[in-house]
Amino acid sequence: MTKLPKTVIPNVICTFCGSTCDDLQVTVEDGKVLSVRSGCSSSLSKYLNYSAERYNSPRVRKNGELHEATYDDAVCRSAEILANAKYPLLYGWSSTSNEASRAGIELAEWVGGVIDNTTTVCHGPTLLGVHDVGEVTATLGEIVHRADLVIYWGSNPVHSHPHHIMRYTSMSTGRFRLSKKNRTMVVVDVRKTDTAKLADQFIQITPNGDYELMCALRMAARGDELEQDVISGVPAERIEELADLMISCEFGVIFFGLGLTMTEGRHRNVDVALSLVQDLNARTKFLIMPMRGHFNVAGANEVSAWVTGYPYAVDLSQGYPRYNPGDTTAIDVLARGDCDAALVVASDPVANFPVNASRHLAKIPVITIDPHPSATTPISEVVFPSTVVGVETGGCIYRMDGVAEMTKPVVAPPPGLRSDVEILRDILAHVKKLKAVQ
Amino acid sequence: MGKYSEEYFRNVAVCELNPEDLKSLGISPGQNVKITTKTGSVVVKSAIASQVSQRGIIFMPYGPWVNMVIASETHGTGMPSMKGVEAEVTGAADEKILDLQTLVKEIAKEA
Repeated sequence: MTKLPKTVIPNVICTFCGSTCDDLQVTVEDGKVLSVRSGCSSSLSKYLNYSAERYNSPRVRKNGELHEATYDDAVCRSAEILANAKYPLLYGWSSTSNEASRAGIELAEWVGGVIDNTTTVCHGPTLLGVHDVGEVTATLGEIVHRADLVIYWGSNPVHSHPHHIMRYTSMSTGRFRLSKKNRTMVVVDVRKTDTAKLADQFIQITPNGDYELMCALRMAARGDELEQDVISGVPAERIEELADLMISCEFGVIFFGLGLTMTEGRHRNVDVALSLVQDLNARTKFLIMPMRGHFNVAGANEVSAWVTGYPYAVDLSQGYPRYNPGDTTAIDVLARGDCDAALVVASDPVANFPVNASRHLAKIPVITIDPHPSATTPISEVVFPSTVVGVETGGCIYRMDGVAEMTKPVVAPPPGLRSDVEILRDILAHVKKLKAVQ
Repeated sequence: MGKYSEEYFRNVAVCELNPEDLKSLGISPGQNVKITTKTGSVVVKSAIASQVSQRGIIFMPYGPWVNMVIASETHGTGMPSMKGVEAEVTGAADEKILDLQTLVKEIAKEA
């Protein structure tokens, strides 16, 4: 067989984290990724190892064991499970394309139940905060060119979003901010992270102390006197200095991570952060943005919002969308033992959910669609290996700031493997047939 | 790295502690430790915190091992407390760390 020539593909969009950097140069030879330039450690790991640990055909459980099955058998079994379920959970959606999310919502409309995305254990509280308060934001391009004060709060981008600082904030070259010298970087965290080591200022706070500190900052920014000497482990004068820095900058931004959403206070932490930024806009220009984790978690929210009206945790069991986080969210639905089947797409809830929620998943029939075996695979009734979005399949995704990007495949998928979209549409077609009979 | 790789196991089935805390607990770095919360317990490998932690704070990477000790209570928000959770650390030199396959089997068995 003749070898295909070596090709260098420029400007590839990385489908790892929410930064979705669009400057990778991927060298492909003989249908395989040979090397990646400009990528961070996470994108290198993804693009060089995407073909490791793959199934080459679907699996269906028979007599308690997962066995290789034909694609049609796997589609039929999945459709039966979903069509017969009273209250299925359709979960995942953040590491796949908008087209897959759209197909998933249509499927959810047909089978009823709840469709939720990984936001639920990530920036779900952020969205609740945004519903309450609103959000002062911009695209990352504005921040590159203008920001002179960058605050990372409860976020460790050196590890979670490795090129974020270099491409979009303190170490990027902007039109009006040429280098690191023109910007101040502050990190607020419970420990001195590797991001904190790069910062001009590091403020260490006590765990679960974000709400109080943020309130104190609001007071200081308004000129009110702080009555306590130390708040959340931070001396009052240090808080006043930070408030002064925030007021006196020309263009500031807070990027916040799960340090706000996963701790006590949750959406209230986000409420007060958003309110602080609103206050600051009376004095200067200030923005705030969540550090979205998965490469298309923002897209999963956007698609869900434009189709159903709600960004996640949408209950369609009554025939119309209902949204009540804390009730219709995946963890609560599972922990209460409400759902009687689940479809998991591009996600690994058994690895990422608290053990009680995973235990319920292990009790019910689960259909998993994922390029790689996961901790959810062994408890599944049906497993579909799918193609990798951004590597073997294209599709539209949303960057963390809501900018839409069109990913393209750089290599052909292994023979016989289908995309999430194709699999979901085939299951939906079969569900429609079953529902017509019912 | 795949979920079933040695690298994933090495990187995720761990608990990072402040070196002073390790010393006062009589645990040498790399020794197995048991993490117990009100939800349950899990055995992982101890390590000196690679990113400086103050005393009394431990760090565990997000994944199947730490989720064995995380409660599913969301206080009406959909989000469990995955950070800032009170936990007890004890030495567990004689106890084994479950690999991912065995851990998932245990979850399924208790279901």
